Amino acid sequence: MPLIQVTGLEKEYVNEGVSTPVLRGVSFSIQKGEFVAIMGPSGSGKSTLMHILSFLDRATGGSYAFEEKNTKDFTDDYLAELRNEKIGFVFQSFNLLARTSVLDNVMLPLLYSKKKNQEKLAKEALEAVGLSHRLNYFTNQISGGEKQRVAIARALVCDPAVIFADEPTGNLDSKSGNTVMYILQQLNREGRTIILVTHEQETARHASRIIRLKDGLMISDEKVTDQVLAATDKDLVK
Amino acid sequence: MNFFTTIQLVFRTLRARKGRSLLTILGIVIGVAGVIVIISLGAGAQSLVLGQVTKLGSNLLSVQPGKSNEKGPPAQVFGIIVSTLVNNDITALRSTVQVPHAVGVNGLVRGSASVTWGSKTVDTNFTATDYEYPHVVSFGMQSGQFFGQAEDQGATNVVVLGSTVSDEIFGGTGVNPIGQVVKVRNASQKDAGGIPLRVIGVITSRGTTFFQDQDDQVFLPLALGQEQLLGIHYLQAINIKVDSAENVDQTLLDVNAVLKQQHHVKTESDIDFTIRNIADAVSILTTITSALSLFLTSMAAIALVVGGIGILNIMLATVAERTREVGLRKAVGASKQAIRNQFLLEAGTLTSLGGAIGIVVGAVVSYLISLLMHYLGYDWVFEISLTSVVLAVGVSILTGVIFGLYPAFKAAKLNPIDALRYE
Repeated sequence: MPLIQVTGLEKEYVNEGVSTPVLRGVSFSIQKGEFVAIMGPSGSGKSTLMHILSFLDRATGGSYAFEEKNTKDFTDDYLAELRNEKIGFVFQSFNLLARTSVLDNVMLPLLYSKKKNQEKLAKEALEAVGLSHRLNYFTNQISGGEKQRVAIARALVCDPAVIFADEPTGNLDSKSGNTVMYILQQLNREGRTIILVTHEQETARHASRIIRLKDGLMISDEKVTDQVLAATDKDLVK
Repeated sequence: MNFFTTIQLVFRTLRARKGRSLLTILGIVIGVAGVIVIISLGAGAQSLVLGQVTKLGSNLLSVQPGKSNEKGPPAQVFGIIVSTLVNNDITALRSTVQVPHAVGVNGLVRGSASVTWGSKTVDTNFTATDYEYPHVVSFGMQSGQFFGQAEDQGATNVVVLGSTVSDEIFGGTGVNPIGQVVKVRNASQKDAGGIPLRVIGVITSRGTTFFQDQDDQVFLPLALGQEQLLGIHYLQAINIKVDSAENVDQTLLDVNAVLKQQHHVKTESDIDFTIRNIADAVSILTTITSALSLFLTSMAAIALVVGGIGILNIMLATVAERTREVGLRKAVGASKQAIRNQFLLEAGTLTSLGGAIGIVVGAVVSYLISLLMHYLGYDWVFEISLTSVVLAVGVSILTGVIFGLYPAFKAAKLNPIDALRYE
């Protein structure tokens, strides 16, 4: 059963009577456990597609079925539940809470869940990204690469089915970027579905499948034949 | 998210925003404390003024020489000396037939005096009056007694001291003032030897009434004061105490009739005295203090508005940031309810804390002011109006909650991603 199934997905923005179509009918499906990269030039609609898939935004046309259920009928409260339990999102600009500790940042999704032993779960997530030594540091005291890893730990902490990452290495140096990609590949090897948006070919080749968009339409959907495996840094990550 | 977790979250958020939280609380503290202090000041001033007049004595009529408008200042203020009020007027007014409701009629003259005991000399004031002074003005004796009818008529050489004078002369010496002989002379007769007078009483401290220290004076028999200290034969005032408030107006007419007769007044323009009803003074003062209170309440309202604008300013300054924060929380799974609860609790905590601190600050400041007033000798009443507290806290909480919730409402309408990107 496909985890995600979109058919003729559309999104248009209406601003003062002027309508701008961003997605013009995209169709594909993604199975559990895949590592998919969505690529395209600026303005292709890839981020918009990602936001719809991760329930941060709603489509204006077409259909989106998640776990074989039509998302059109999902209520706001149910979407909030899904965002908490099934989805983890990693943003390009990290979006961490300012003046808050690393641990508290990672615990944020847990606060809205019914899970127990929240501190323990957060610590485990931070261990998984190699940041156990930064628990009580504040967000302004850590580097960009570390911030992104905190964001990944936050995305992981509720044990989601899918992790979405929007240009996760866009604001990072190549070394930190490499670490981030390594972590994502590791998570995929553990069985999580990873969906990545990027405009860089090199980053996209870390995935096993690439969907290309242009001007709001899908122009190709291919398996990656020359997948790049991020180098490990044994001391960094478990 | 249960209540307890929300509270923890709220405190963590407030700590992360220490500066902003403190400023919001400060805005509320200023508004609330301002209102409480201002209204308390108004109440204290009002009861002080009214208390002063009550201390002077209620149901009092005061006759002063010279014609002037009853509601205006006495003629003496303009330097006019009228000498037609005489001792015989006192006797006439004491008639129970013509002025049936008077329980005390008392004449007096005043001036400055020097009092010497041994090598000590004290400059003070004197009031020369008769034995009915205690019937008209209420006070207590610390020791000894006031002059009675006998001393009055015999113009015996006695003196009663106010407590300040007594302390200045005898304080610390261990000597009992009663029975001691002091020399009293008019302050302008510095070279004269002074009249030896025996101290027969000391009056209990009365404090300051209408900016006059009632304890810094000595009391002499009327004739002695008139003839030997001032060299005059007339009176500066006759005070009459009426038995009850209802009879004051009638007694005023009675006194008017008696004095017209005594002074052989034939036409209105011949009238050479003025009768004042202390009750009029009370009502004028009440009007003034009420106007003052109203003015102060307006100031208090302004204080509240200023505090409110301060809160508004802080809340608005953070709308964009908080909207993005709401977007993030929604993105990780916060429901609308959770967001609303968090912001409501945050605003509620800030405003309640501010309100509580404001009440304490307002009460403490009001209390300190009342202590200061007591130190200065005034009979100040420390009063906190419950209405002012409720009003101030209510308005502050309302302002804080409305503006604290604003970002939550704004972000609730947006998709998480739009909220996240809000500027």
